[in-house]
Amino acid sequence: MPLAPLLRREGLAKLSGREQYVDDLDIPGALHGITVRSTSARGTIRNIRFDPEIDWSSFVIVDHRDVPGLNTVKLIETDQPALAATEVRHIHEPVVLLAHPSRRALRKAVRAITIEVDPLPSVLDFTVRPTPEQIQHGSDNIYKQITITKGDARSILADAPIIVEGVYRTGAQEHVYLEPQGMIAEEVDGVIIIRGSMQCPYYVHTAVCHALGREADQVRIIQTPTGGAFGGKEEFPSGVAIHAALLALKAGRPVRLVYDRTEDLAATTKRHPSWTRHRTAVASDGQLLAQEITFLLDGGAYMTLSPVVLSRGMIHAAGPYHCEHISIDGRAVLSNTVPFGAFRGFGAPQSLFAVERHMDRIALRLGLDPVTVRQRNLLADGQTTATGQVVADGVDRQGLLNRALSLSDYAAKRETHRQFNIDTPDRRRGIGLTTFFHGAGFTGSGEVYLDSKVAVAGLPDGTIEVRTASTEMGQGTTTIFTQLASDRLGLPPEAVAIAQPDTAVVPNSGPTVASRTAMIVGRLVQEACDDLRRQLSLDATDRGNDVAEAIRAWHRTHPNGLLLGQGHYRPPPGIEWDEGTYRGEAYGAYGWAAYVAEVEVDLRTYGTTVLDFVAVQDVGTVLNTTLARGQVQGGVAQGIGWTLMEECQWEDGAMTNNQLTNYIIPTSSDIPPIRVAFQETPYPHGAEGAKGLGELPMDGPAPAIANAIAAATGAEAAVLPLTPERLMADLDR
Amino acid sequence: MSVLRPTTIDEAVAVLSAQPEAIPIAGGTDLMVHWPHRLELHEKTFVDLSRLTALRGLRWQDGDLVMGALTTYWDVLLDEQIGRRFPLLHRAARQVGAVQIQTRGTWAGNVGNGSPAADGVAVLMAYDAMVELTSVRGVDVVPLRDFYTGYKISHRTPDQLITAIRLPGIPYRTQIFEKVGARKAQAISKIGVAMVEAPGGWVVVANSMAPTIRRCRAVEAVLNSGHPISSPEALHDTILQDVHPIDDLRSTGEYRVRVMARLLYHDLREHIAAFS
Repeated sequence: MPLAPLLRREGLAKLSGREQYVDDLDIPGALHGITVRSTSARGTIRNIRFDPEIDWSSFVIVDHRDVPGLNTVKLIETDQPALAATEVRHIHEPVVLLAHPSRRALRKAVRAITIEVDPLPSVLDFTVRPTPEQIQHGSDNIYKQITITKGDARSILADAPIIVEGVYRTGAQEHVYLEPQGMIAEEVDGVIIIRGSMQCPYYVHTAVCHALGREADQVRIIQTPTGGAFGGKEEFPSGVAIHAALLALKAGRPVRLVYDRTEDLAATTKRHPSWTRHRTAVASDGQLLAQEITFLLDGGAYMTLSPVVLSRGMIHAAGPYHCEHISIDGRAVLSNTVPFGAFRGFGAPQSLFAVERHMDRIALRLGLDPVTVRQRNLLADGQTTATGQVVADGVDRQGLLNRALSLSDYAAKRETHRQFNIDTPDRRRGIGLTTFFHGAGFTGSGEVYLDSKVAVAGLPDGTIEVRTASTEMGQGTTTIFTQLASDRLGLPPEAVAIAQPDTAVVPNSGPTVASRTAMIVGRLVQEACDDLRRQLSLDATDRGNDVAEAIRAWHRTHPNGLLLGQGHYRPPPGIEWDEGTYRGEAYGAYGWAAYVAEVEVDLRTYGTTVLDFVAVQDVGTVLNTTLARGQVQGGVAQGIGWTLMEECQWEDGAMTNNQLTNYIIPTSSDIPPIRVAFQETPYPHGAEGAKGLGELPMDGPAPAIANAIAAATGAEAAVLPLTPERLMADLDR
Repeated sequence: MSVLRPTTIDEAVAVLSAQPEAIPIAGGTDLMVHWPHRLELHEKTFVDLSRLTALRGLRWQDGDLVMGALTTYWDVLLDEQIGRRFPLLHRAARQVGAVQIQTRGTWAGNVGNGSPAADGVAVLMAYDAMVELTSVRGVDVVPLRDFYTGYKISHRTPDQLITAIRLPGIPYRTQIFEKVGARKAQAISKIGVAMVEAPGGWVVVANSMAPTIRRCRAVEAVLNSGHPISSPEALHDTILQDVHPIDDLRSTGEYRVRVMARLLYHDLREHIAAFS
């Protein structure tokens, strides 16, 4: 039975402007904080000069000497200092923090501090091998190298009659969440309490404990309503929280550290730029014989999450196709720019753009329709992915493709475009498609390590509260969890509260990332409901009022007792992953999709308009159709931005167009009708059969649109973003 | 920051005469863009013109359109007669920012700010607008085509207030405005070109192509000459006699020249016989 539909629970508060984001919170006596940043790409800090024109006694001033614990932002590595001590590795790296009652005084004060640096040679192009003077990590500046080997691609390529080669590049992308980064910290009775905008309260908790040298129970992290995140609030908020806490401790008062837009654009993480080379041996009928892929990511100045982004990018790099011989070599390397970080799709949009653009190049080379090449190679149940994972989920992948072709009227459009392009001197139309997949949840054994836990509390009035660390950031966590718990226990949605993530209250259900919330944490919510029912000695037929009454009765006999149903992650059977060889079940489940884009290129301006977009996917059971469509449409819009217009411009490793007048994201006028369809093959281990959804729609737009532009104009369309300027140069070839 | 709020034109020009460093503001839309980051602006004196009711509204006088200096883009969009007589004003107004900006931003402010990317100025210049400048010394009327002398530098002296913009009531044949931005709405022009066919010949105005909005006399001469043009590229040298666009955050000089040529060529092919 499908879940009963439910309107977004916090929707009205957001629409009406009543939602209280971190900068809206009224914290009496709070000072404002601000971050003083490096103006050098790399060098040794010689001196920090404070202009004597300013009365510094009215400011709280914090530098690396004020860090009571270890001066790092703990993540995979501990290479990133909370505040630079002796050297800086990128422009905008935090060096000094200030707090003051007046924001204006702070803005002036920042300009009166000069961080004097003796420069060292910096790395500004991640595709070039560094010189010895540029080495800053290990012996080669490589954060992580991974190889995936299936069969023997080298031998096949050595003898292959037809080899198609291509190089593909993608640029950085800003998250442009509506609400910039922000935290408020204060110390109350020996406990540091930090409220702010974030995806992963327990990541922040770990990082703050580490940098402040505090025990777990001396730090409390509370997520405030979060105005968008897209991965930009996965790891970055840890640093902001540490900074706010350092200021609050030194000030002895609450401190509010909220970035403005230009600071946020300049100083926060972005999507990793990528460089991919494909060499593919193909048969004349389009069958893939061997794929050799090199995949490079720009990691930026510190490691952050780059190894994991690389991993996901590589696992998706060969596409959703069957090929017996695959060799993928990948590296994430250092450069002296702002660290690149988590962003919806997490490496997969980059590698899938390359392989999917390459599939069209193969079709062109062989004189085949791009549809044919994909139909010939799409994975079928029983075949294996690049890591040797046997696909056996019963999803009709050919059916997905066919549905996308029929919804988009693909064949007829190809014909009408041919005539249009003859008849119209200054415009060209084309249609492009892509088939792709996205692994849901953490890679390999990641979910086991996360060891996620969820609780559902039965309250004295007979209602329940769902306690997880999974955050609402606009994607619908609150609504989905309400639906799941309400359905499981037969209670009305109003009787289900979703606890605001607060590390003093909620168990650690893992980070809100990797399209794992509905599939994995949602399932744990159901299990916690079942556990609650067990504790009440109810059976599965007891629902609604029976449950509510049993909860009330329990509390009557256990005054002040805590009635908690628990859910605890256990891996589905048959999941095996070898981190050393990169062989095995990379993900418990994959979403599969076929997207089609129709474009018109204006040959006067080289501008591209997306005329129509069809997005067909199988993400298992759809829990909430409105939210799911919204996720797909939003992802496609974000993908259109990355493909056509969003471009970070760099000077000395710093973003120079860090204003929304010059960093261009699409408006509604740039977005076509996005027609969304779901094919629903239930995943037996996800909540109600759901698989991951959030990231998948980011993967498809770039290759679909680039393929359509190539079909329309004959462009290479191998470098993103395909701005008019870049397309002009492309067509000049 | 100090804000002076005169209620009459006499008061306003007296203020500017006494404090020529004061900055007149109407909608404030240009000012607000930079407000958070140009801290030096916070120390300045501003003359808020919003109480000068005499500068509000537009009127028709002897067939000419006279826009008071507080006329907004929105005022123009609501006027159907302007849509018929000067359709490029509507087209440009619709492409300035969003509705919020269109209802606050003024045509005179666009002229006074002097941005080389100003969409409003390009179409006003194509219609040969005259700028009325008032000071305690009297009233000056300067043709907009001669108004700018350099990047954000104009003939307006610090004691002068733009009080009106006047468009001569001339019948035009072909009228085209092209704005090329980085997206379809709410973008600053990478290239803009306004082209009108007046009784005296073609008028072509380019924005975002030079330090100022500029009349393109060499291009106009080619259009008026009947000289055969068989490709966009044939216009490159002529365009470069008029403008020398630069590479900046928004685009490249090369793109700007080539796309301006392509817009002229493709848009005018059906209007000029010599374009083949």
